Amino acid sequence: MSAHANLERRRQAIYGWLLLTPALVLLSVFAFYPTMSTLWSSLFSRGTRRNPVEYIGTGNYTELFADPTFWIVVKNNLLYAGVTIPVSMAIALAMALWANGKISARGFVRTAYFTPTVLPMIAAANLWLFFYTPGLGVLDQIGSVFGLPSINWLGQPETALWAIIIVTIWKEAGFFMIFYLAALQTIPEDLKEAADIEGTSRWTYTRRIVLPLLMPTTIFIAINALINSVKLIDHLFILTKGGPSDASKLLLYYIWEMAFAFFDAPQAAAMTILVIGVLAIVAAAKFLYLDKRTHYQ
Amino acid sequence: MTTGPFVAIKDVAKRWNGQLGVEGITLDIPEGSFTALLGPSGCGKSTTLRLLAGLELPDEGKIFIDGKDVTTSAASDRNLSMVFQSYALFPHLSVAENVVFGLKVRRVPKLERQKKLHRALEITGLLGYEDRKPGELSGGQRQRVALARAIVAGQRLCLMDEPLSNLDAKLRNSVRKDIKKLQRDLGITVVYVTHDQTEAMSMADTVVLMKDGHIQQVGPPEELYNKPNNTFVAEFVGAPAMALISSDGLSGFEAGQRLGIRAENIQIVPKGEGRLTCTITESEFLGSETLIGLDHAHATGLCVLKSGMALMPEGDTIDITFTDEHLHVFDASGQRIATQT
Ligand SMILES: Nc1ncnc2c1ncn2[C@@H]1O[C@H](COP(=O)(O)OP(=O)(O)OP(=O)(O)O)[C@@H](O)[C@H]1O
Ligand SMILES: [Mg+2]
Repeated sequence: MSAHANLERRRQAIYGWLLLTPALVLLSVFAFYPTMSTLWSSLFSRGTRRNPVEYIGTGNYTELFADPTFWIVVKNNLLYAGVTIPVSMAIALAMALWANGKISARGFVRTAYFTPTVLPMIAAANLWLFFYTPGLGVLDQIGSVFGLPSINWLGQPETALWAIIIVTIWKEAGFFMIFYLAALQTIPEDLKEAADIEGTSRWTYTRRIVLPLLMPTTIFIAINALINSVKLIDHLFILTKGGPSDASKLLLYYIWEMAFAFFDAPQAAAMTILVIGVLAIVAAAKFLYLDKRTHYQ
Repeated sequence: MTTGPFVAIKDVAKRWNGQLGVEGITLDIPEGSFTALLGPSGCGKSTTLRLLAGLELPDEGKIFIDGKDVTTSAASDRNLSMVFQSYALFPHLSVAENVVFGLKVRRVPKLERQKKLHRALEITGLLGYEDRKPGELSGGQRQRVALARAIVAGQRLCLMDEPLSNLDAKLRNSVRKDIKKLQRDLGITVVYVTHDQTEAMSMADTVVLMKDGHIQQVGPPEELYNKPNNTFVAEFVGAPAMALISSDGLSGFEAGQRLGIRAENIQIVPKGEGRLTCTITESEFLGSETLIGLDHAHATGLCVLKSGMALMPEGDTIDITFTDEHLHVFDASGQRIATQT
């Protein structure tokens, strides 16, 4: 290879690294380093006055796996994710397809759908408190018209998690709709016309053309929904505080409780590492598998 | 059943919130013919085609295809195929999937689909590209995929909206021939939109020249060339276009009339013997001949052709002449006046 090309390549490499540096520095300081230090502290015991901090290896993890509350919380969170992700995405897609059509008051419909998104989660939770409160809440008021007994939606183990799930779906669907709406607008009108001339039904067009073209957006939204299913717990503080009897407790809430209510930082760190591990596996699957099978424009 | 025209458009109009799209479009298209809709940008060619395809519904008038009133029918009920200006290929589907998309929708059995696909790709010279995505093809290849998709359906009527506009001159020439040959071989009826008059003149049996949403003239290419209905047609058709001289510049014509003359009918004559004295503004070498652009106070678009390489100095004055039989006479409103022959 000529010396000139070599020099040019080195210059390009330096250039690339220079461009990467700001992101690398920020990520290192605020993501990689905290992850590593969390991993590190999850390997030590909790220090008390009598027992000093000592290295216990996977001790925190075995203790965690033996904790029945942990398994309840994991089950809760799986259910929470398993319902909120597909349902909010399906609703978002349906709303986007509708709001993208030639309907009257299109602007109003879009705004109405988007409103929950601009509300802070805490405000949304307060709003829903107004629906769920036994006796005074809107749901009970409506129920009493039909002679139904008062139900404490947030106070019963059977309904508390579902009440939380509904708030999350309500909050997220509008947000995801915006992404779908934006993606739908990049699909050229003439694809629909070409399909029309061939006699394609609306459903076939949606299934064979629109959905595949929306795939990159769907993956993006799915990842976001997944992250939110771990991250979005603000409303728990207002609505149930994880209760009753841990019925609506989610992982991050439990981590917070562990660290700041029970002051068991190593235990919280161990749980954090598990969550990070699961999310990392999902991210890897996305890059290695889904991206290869998706059509990007 | 009477053998009326295959496609009949009767007094069709389309407006958007009162803004004119097209108006008073009346057109008969015989089966197996090649009709070109020609006109400058924004004259309503695409609108006319889309009305015919059923992608727009007319505000007035009626459309018949194969004797059936299809004025309000859905696009899929009109038994036609269409090639879009932008190709409208499905970006996530391979060439083969794009071509057979319509057949699949219509539940054509797999074996038959395969056969038709092979034939369509063969005709369009796309064999070997089956598995490529549209994004991995050149403009000309994409164009041919769009063509293949249109012919695989086997419809008797095919609409094309400026299918060659994205191709370079050389490719355009060859695809032009391909399309023409295809139309003849398959015996289909083609309605072809273009703003390129050479394309229209060389391919079409009938040219429909439009302007501002109205049809100016319908006829075979030579008729548009030899007997332009009005000054717009005269100035649009032919390269170089017809020159127009106002009657003030020539004796023996009524005031307000305008006279059209084609470059090939003008001769250069020695000083003092011509009917007009003009200034040379440009000489353009075209290969087999040289085009000399001329300027005269009472004329527009005057030019003369000299064979071979014959550049003339700009700014010189020359005399030109022509005979009255070659003059096209237009009245003050621009309409052709029938010559007394
Ligand atoms: N959807 C629409 N809404 C409003 N006006 C329209 C619409 N489509 C076309 N028009 C108008 O109708 C007229 C004819 O448009 P059309 O697309 O038929 O032109 P065209 O002859 O195909 O031009 P081009 O050669 O540039 O494609 C134009 O003045 C255009 O502005
Ligand atoms: Mg057009």
